[in-house]
Amino acid sequence: MKLDTSGLESAAPVWGAPSELVDGFSAAPSFEVPNTTDFDGFQKEAIQMVKPAKGTTTLAFIFKEGVMVAADSRASMGGYISSQSVKKIIEINPYMLGTMAGGAADCQFWHRNLGIKCRLHELANKRRISVTGASKLLANILYSYRGMGLSVGTMIAGWDETGPGLYYVDSEGGRLKGMRFSVGSGSPYAYGVLDNGYRYDMSVEEAAELARRSIYHATFRDGASGGVASVYYVGPNGWKKLTGDDVGELHYKYYPVMPSTVEQEMVEVAGA
Amino acid sequence: MARYDRAITVFSPDGHLFQVEYALEAVRKGNAAVGVRGTDNVVLGVEKKSAAKLQDSRSARKIVSLDDHVALACAGLKADARVLINRARIECQSHRLTVEDPVTVEYITRYIAGLQQKYTQSGGVRPFGLSTLIVGFDPYSGVPSLYQTDPSGTFSAWKAHATGRNSNSMREFLEKNYKETSGQETVKLAIRALLEVVESGGKTIEVAVMTKEHGLRQLEEAEIDAIVAEIEAEKVAAEVAKKAPAAPKET
Repeated sequence: MKLDTSGLESAAPVWGAPSELVDGFSAAPSFEVPNTTDFDGFQKEAIQMVKPAKGTTTLAFIFKEGVMVAADSRASMGGYISSQSVKKIIEINPYMLGTMAGGAADCQFWHRNLGIKCRLHELANKRRISVTGASKLLANILYSYRGMGLSVGTMIAGWDETGPGLYYVDSEGGRLKGMRFSVGSGSPYAYGVLDNGYRYDMSVEEAAELARRSIYHATFRDGASGGVASVYYVGPNGWKKLTGDDVGELHYKYYPVMPSTVEQEMVEVAGA
Repeated sequence: MARYDRAITVFSPDGHLFQVEYALEAVRKGNAAVGVRGTDNVVLGVEKKSAAKLQDSRSARKIVSLDDHVALACAGLKADARVLINRARIECQSHRLTVEDPVTVEYITRYIAGLQQKYTQSGGVRPFGLSTLIVGFDPYSGVPSLYQTDPSGTFSAWKAHATGRNSNSMREFLEKNYKETSGQETVKLAIRALLEVVESGGKTIEVAVMTKEHGLRQLEEAEIDAIVAEIEAEKVAAEVAKKAPAAPKET
């Protein structure tokens, strides 16, 4: 299985390119390098320019009953909130979910692409791909585009033959296996609540409530997160969307307004 | 007819690819190879040409492993085999790297067959002149498998199969005598099939057994000799039993 470099092949054939039969490796992709004195500095600047801050909060954790996945739904362009209703949990296939953080287009496209690859794997091998395998496919693709400005911080959550699986994959090419992850600008706040309340043997309801609370608290403090807190559960029979609550409403649910006695009242003063 | 056999990429008017058929001829001239699948193991047996006195027999192994759980034997051009085996070994590791799982026997067979097919549809190349017998255990299901590929790039699964020289007689024998076996019985069946076409002896047969626990194990010459002796003894006993069908009843 080659690394997927199909996106990098130039249209014109390269002279002396090794034929596919001779060896399994295609010609290294190449492109023109700009004329600067400080190429490394230039590259750093270019990366900083295209690398948008991942304004979002997503989290996922494995517990006794399976995997819980939750995310907010706000999309921001700098200080402008472009949407409050973005689907940040992407359904790769009936038993695997991916979360979106970073560039929305990048995440959506590559998750769709991963879904295609997973389906092709199933058809060719007559069995479902493992979460390990799917996350590795995505990580290899993202690695081959390293340094070209992709911004993807995603978690692949699913249930396969070996049980629940959770991997964190990002556009730097990193891939980590773990039990609890949170990704995005709101992740520190989510981690605080999640790490505090986490127990391995929770019921599905308890885990869903923990996930919802963590997202809510992140949206409370982080300006780039908000909208609707969606919670999905991945079990042995696949994923299921549990709830989608507006975080504004959640706030008043957790902290209801207490009517308090008025100390002083403003009264209309009779004209002097 | 001679006009249509120069290049691989030319069909003959009656739908033949002559180069592929000639490759199959090369296979038919290669050494005999047999594979038998048991319930808990798979056995490969190959005919060994008598080794030259000064040759180090260990360097000329005909049954090779592609990974811990997959092995291959072939009949045909040995140099072509080396190339195919190397590509298959790389693919086994590449698969482990990209999906963190060992290959299934079906997957690597499909890969090898695909490779053989590619060389029947390109310009300036000739097909690989060998048929392979691929055996192994699938990593999770633990089911033993036996597959065969040929120069045209087709592959299929078998309970027992033979290829190479005199494969027809071996296949006939297997069809007549195959039954579900396990352990040593499977080894005996494979050797019996080989003995149909090979002069007997541990010197002329190479046998290897693949089990789930121990992977591929090449049988020693002494072991093979012992089994051959057993088979000969059984044959003799069968002959005697045939010659005296009505044993006099002791009263």
